Amino acid sequence: MQRLGCKGLSKVLMVAALAMGLGAMSSSYAANEKFVLISHAPDSDSWWNTIKNAIKQAGEDFNVTVDYRNPPNGDLADMSRLIEQAAARHYDGVIASIADFSVLKKAMENVTAKKIPLVTINSGTQKQSEELGAIMHVGQPEYDAGHGAGEKAKAAGIKSFLCVNHYATNPSSFERCRGFADAIGVDYKKATLDAGQDPTGIESKVSAYLRNNPGTQAVLALGPDSAAPSLRALQKMGLKGKTWFATFDLSDEIAKGIKDGSVQFAIDQQPYLEGYIPVAVLAIMTQDKITDVAAIQAKLKANPKFQARLAEYGLAPIYGPRHISSGPGYITKDNLDKVLKYAGQYR
Amino acid sequence: MNSSSAHADSNSPAQQNIVPQDERVRKEGSLKRFLGRPEFASLAGAILVFIVFGFAAGDSGMFNLDGVINWMQVAAYLGLISIGACVLMIAGEFDLSIGSMIGFAGMMVAIPTVYFHWPFWLAVMFAFAGSMALGWLNGYLVVKTRLPSFIVTLAFMFILRGLTLALSIMFANRTIVSGVGDLAAADWLGSWLFTGNLGSGLFHWMAAQGWIATAANGQPLVGGIPKVIVWWLVLALGASFVLARTRFGNWIFAVGGDANAAKNVGVPVKRVKTSLFVFTAFCACLFAVLQVADVGSAAADRGLQKEFEAIIAAVIGGALLTGGYGSVIGACFGALIFGVVQIGITYTNLNSDWFRVFLGVMLLVAVLFNNYVRRRVTEAR
Repeated sequence: MQRLGCKGLSKVLMVAALAMGLGAMSSSYAANEKFVLISHAPDSDSWWNTIKNAIKQAGEDFNVTVDYRNPPNGDLADMSRLIEQAAARHYDGVIASIADFSVLKKAMENVTAKKIPLVTINSGTQKQSEELGAIMHVGQPEYDAGHGAGEKAKAAGIKSFLCVNHYATNPSSFERCRGFADAIGVDYKKATLDAGQDPTGIESKVSAYLRNNPGTQAVLALGPDSAAPSLRALQKMGLKGKTWFATFDLSDEIAKGIKDGSVQFAIDQQPYLEGYIPVAVLAIMTQDKITDVAAIQAKLKANPKFQARLAEYGLAPIYGPRHISSGPGYITKDNLDKVLKYAGQYR
Repeated sequence: MNSSSAHADSNSPAQQNIVPQDERVRKEGSLKRFLGRPEFASLAGAILVFIVFGFAAGDSGMFNLDGVINWMQVAAYLGLISIGACVLMIAGEFDLSIGSMIGFAGMMVAIPTVYFHWPFWLAVMFAFAGSMALGWLNGYLVVKTRLPSFIVTLAFMFILRGLTLALSIMFANRTIVSGVGDLAAADWLGSWLFTGNLGSGLFHWMAAQGWIATAANGQPLVGGIPKVIVWWLVLALGASFVLARTRFGNWIFAVGGDANAAKNVGVPVKRVKTSLFVFTAFCACLFAVLQVADVGSAAADRGLQKEFEAIIAAVIGGALLTGGYGSVIGACFGALIFGVVQIGITYTNLNSDWFRVFLGVMLLVAVLFNNYVRRRVTEAR
């Protein structure tokens, strides 16, 4: 019995010492503003790596600490707990993606109820962001991204197109097609193909569509998953390089296509900005006690450190009256090398 | 008994009223008895974890009322399924399909409510009936085929996860079905048992007295005790009572200790095992219904890896993988440790990339401590 007491105690002390180390580690930070970014991505998602790097650099530039939190398995119910936790912890600012409005609404209202400034990013719409009482939304509005690409197509004289949609299960995917169609003045429903996920299936569906509609001047792919099979279909029909082609996001095949001229451009969401801008906005708000969004934006534009980052990585945000859009940015022959150099880190 | 006559010539009054001792029973100190209980280590572990976070995150808001309710909810959700996992483990069986069952049961609530316009209470009944039937099937296959439950439920883990995905695409054409929250809150059964908080009147009154924190609009930050915490306590007490005080509880221990011996003395081994698989499925479904009512949607990836968390909580709570030993209260402390660590780590400034490492180490330490104490106490004679 007594030996148990001794041994058990020494073990407890050992663990406690370990814990003290942890405690000491956690209190060694300077007492500056603390923000948190909560994403919906599981641990296995590499796309958010860019955003993690962005919040680190924004933290250095504005002298704030930013924690990154995510539900390990990508479970949105866990994500809402993390948002509640951020409210309970009294962060000076919270950044979160609106992965699902109805699931996260209650938790986000906890944040705004405590008067903690909230910036929403990535998924979700500007309307939802305003409804949640957030300061602004930093993301790529799907319709605008499609519309921006469509205007470039219109300038190239495009009057008909095919939209290859590989994730039709997500209703917001059609917004991209609709934006593009509105810009060149056609009906998007006739031009949109629900291609499914299977690459072979996508390829044959695209071929079939182009055979039935031989006058199609342009193809818009909604991502690498639909871009590669569509390019293969064009190649087999001898249309590669003749048909105007644009796509969302970047992959190795798309980069090759941009190099050899068969792809006009790739639409880039510029995730770095979805990490950097919210941190900068919250820092300006808390450090300079500014609440007016226009004044915050002016201050942000005038910040030399921010401008230096933009120049270094070749990024261009789009400033709106309230919200700031991270995209669409365009990857063309001119900036491809820079993008590839930083891909997965800052682009 | 003539032991009293042996003391008859003794004059001291203190020895006059000594209760005769049965020579077959050795008296043990109450401390030693306490140390030998299966839940002791998890209780000690929980205290240790609280001490750790008291130092590491004491002033971060983790121990404010809204912080406490936040991690208590995480612990409560996990507690529900760890009770099921624990009782099943005491009976010497295993259920790896708990997590998939959560996803599946959630869809059984959400799809009928949103797409077939069933009333919420009916969908809940349907989900409970469906899950418990699947639990019975699990149990039936284990008992009938004599296969290890590990294998059978591993198969069901994949079957149910796959069905959740396939059926949600088939009926709803999406993997996340939302819009259930308001329907649940408006429903008599939903609002009575699953949504909202208990004691909201009391909390509003406390807020009015200025005892608890309020938001800018004067509403209390915490509007009451979430229903899931109440369910957790009720289920824990109920299961503990059954284990400790009923014949069925004795049967569970007997079946887990030695199924053959139990069968020979007349314990209905098959019935006990099958009904515990049904109970585990019930716990998973309860988890799902509460979660759907809370977040307002079901998704195909809900409950991912929750079966392992439930088993871990039961093991921290003193349950043995071989069966015949364990405690529901211990499993609840295991769930509490898990919830506190999972959420607590986000209150410290540790990079959350290290969360799983920290969790794993913590669990290993808890289980080693557990084993060590048990061995010292039960074998040192």
